[in-house]
Amino acid sequence: MGRTLFQKIWDQHVVQARDDGLALLYVDRHYFHEGSFHAFNMLRARGLPVRRPDLTFGFGDHYAPTTARRTADVADPEIRGIIETFEANARAHRIRAFELADPDQGIVHVAGPEQGLTLPGMTVVCGDSHTSTHGALGALAFGIGASEVAHVLATQTIWQTPPKQIRCAFEGTLPEGSTAKDMALALIAQIGTGGGLGGAIEFAGSAVRALSVEARLTLCNMAIEAGARTGMVAPDATTAAWLAGRPHAPAQPDPAWEALFTDADATFDSAVTLDAATIRPMATWGTSPEEAVPLSGRIPRAEEAPDEARQKAWARSLDYMGLQGGEAMADVRLDRVFLGSCTNARIEDLRAAAAVLRGRRIAVPMLVSPGSSRVKRAAEAEGLDRVFREAGARWEESACALCVSMHGETVGEGERCASTSNRNFAGRQGRGARTHLVSPASAAASALAGRLVSAA
Amino acid sequence: MEPFTRYTAIAAPFDQANVDTDQIMPARFMRRPRDERYATYGFHDQRYTPEGAKRPDFILNQPPFDAAGILVAGRNFGVGSSREAAVYALLAMGHRCVVAPSFGDIFFSNALKNGLLPVRLPESTVNALRQAVATSPGTTLSVDLERQELTGPDGTAHQFAIPGFARECLLRGLDEIGLTLTLAPDIAAFEARRDAAR
Repeated sequence: MGRTLFQKIWDQHVVQARDDGLALLYVDRHYFHEGSFHAFNMLRARGLPVRRPDLTFGFGDHYAPTTARRTADVADPEIRGIIETFEANARAHRIRAFELADPDQGIVHVAGPEQGLTLPGMTVVCGDSHTSTHGALGALAFGIGASEVAHVLATQTIWQTPPKQIRCAFEGTLPEGSTAKDMALALIAQIGTGGGLGGAIEFAGSAVRALSVEARLTLCNMAIEAGARTGMVAPDATTAAWLAGRPHAPAQPDPAWEALFTDADATFDSAVTLDAATIRPMATWGTSPEEAVPLSGRIPRAEEAPDEARQKAWARSLDYMGLQGGEAMADVRLDRVFLGSCTNARIEDLRAAAAVLRGRRIAVPMLVSPGSSRVKRAAEAEGLDRVFREAGARWEESACALCVSMHGETVGEGERCASTSNRNFAGRQGRGARTHLVSPASAAASALAGRLVSAA
Repeated sequence: MEPFTRYTAIAAPFDQANVDTDQIMPARFMRRPRDERYATYGFHDQRYTPEGAKRPDFILNQPPFDAAGILVAGRNFGVGSSREAAVYALLAMGHRCVVAPSFGDIFFSNALKNGLLPVRLPESTVNALRQAVATSPGTTLSVDLERQELTGPDGTAHQFAIPGFARECLLRGLDEIGLTLTLAPDIAAFEARRDAAR
């Protein structure tokens, strides 16, 4: 019987399988960040070494300031301490860490792939739920908790129960102006944040094949918001071309990559197909990524929810967001805009936003934080920084920044922010902050209008 | 880790769907080392006003639910961020068990590794249990991990599923890293096979 892409990679990494289905998987690539300090503490408490420092890479991103590149310049002593601990842990275990001042620093899910550290067929883990991003390159990649990070550091393996396999196809042609972010939000609006629970999603179909690697990274990044453990796309010529010449990628594509696809007779536990041609620029209106509608639409009323649990959830979301229900999205006034995060801060994202802003002035404050220091330099070489600055936006350093607001800056209580990040949870960008998730082009258009609108 | 065998405690009805780990453990507290203060971080922004006063309308602030050891929650409990600190906060608040129709995958795994038992039951069962503990405040529920049963106030035992390896580790209070390290020769053999194939 045929196997899925997921099964092929899984099978290649089983160190030991138990009768109950649980398998000990070998980990090819382990990323960590400043927030992984709990795991290093666990290792220290047991007196254990890191088994494979050569397969482990650190990226300073979660607590990185957008206004400084030297650890000593971080004003908040608690935040500076977290960054220093990250650097000290890496040094103590002889792990290559991309620290704040490193020219190749960046958000782990942007800079890792950019360095060629994530390759097709690999197993990739990181103590961060958006590790699903790396599946865009045909890797089996998923986020783990601190205890599991400690386990991987000590053993280079992880125990996993086989997930349900879900095929998610986007067929047809994505309309001009719609993006991978809109595909992700449309999918989650349809299947819900629990739609992929306990599952691994393989994204397929003609509209996915037509996406660039950067757009696939955005799509797989949001798989976790559908509840899935991971998202993945079979590697193809687009993948190989994107990887060519990256610092840690092989000089030539590995012939083994050609076997990394789902066999025609393989079966999935469930499947969903979306018509790409119907996908419009989307935005969230509530506090769950599933609470999303087209920007051309209106916000639903709580009583329109399909069941009682969601009526309660929608009423709660509307209340938190300061909305009544029934408003046109385009009438929702913004206080600020954030362009950044592991979802949407790659060079293509910055180009898309800059194309909308070029020669115009924004109506509300906007922060732009590139996904990596390399992306920042590439954007500056193209003059995109000038476009953002001349439009009135802040052009700052690479960090997770306002996606998770751990670096010191927050969106204020009751403030409304259009954001290219991945989570609109209550309090995510700051206590009482109201977040609307959008694509980079929609973020730029919304910054110009001061309201939630699409670029088209 | 302390072994988890049987546990009986007051249960609180926690009637919210899609409770994300950002709600359970706001990001700004995550820079703090794990200590007793985690008890105040749990659900912090729902429990306290911006001025720091307890919100009387929040269920876990109301007696007897402020002494609850079990939460009867809604679907997709613990979705979102992988932060294990959400589990640390729930444990510090005194919770040892969460009952829900479904859990975020990473949260489920984090909970098992720290002795917070995630019990998955059908939505209709969870709704009935939540209703029962809401209408009779102070009602206790009992969970027996050996038998994989949760017993409701009417004496009905509900069977739940849990991964076998995690169950063994919890019952015996075993450390997963220690167990895996006994497989070091298998891991080394796997590495050798792969290096030879390259």
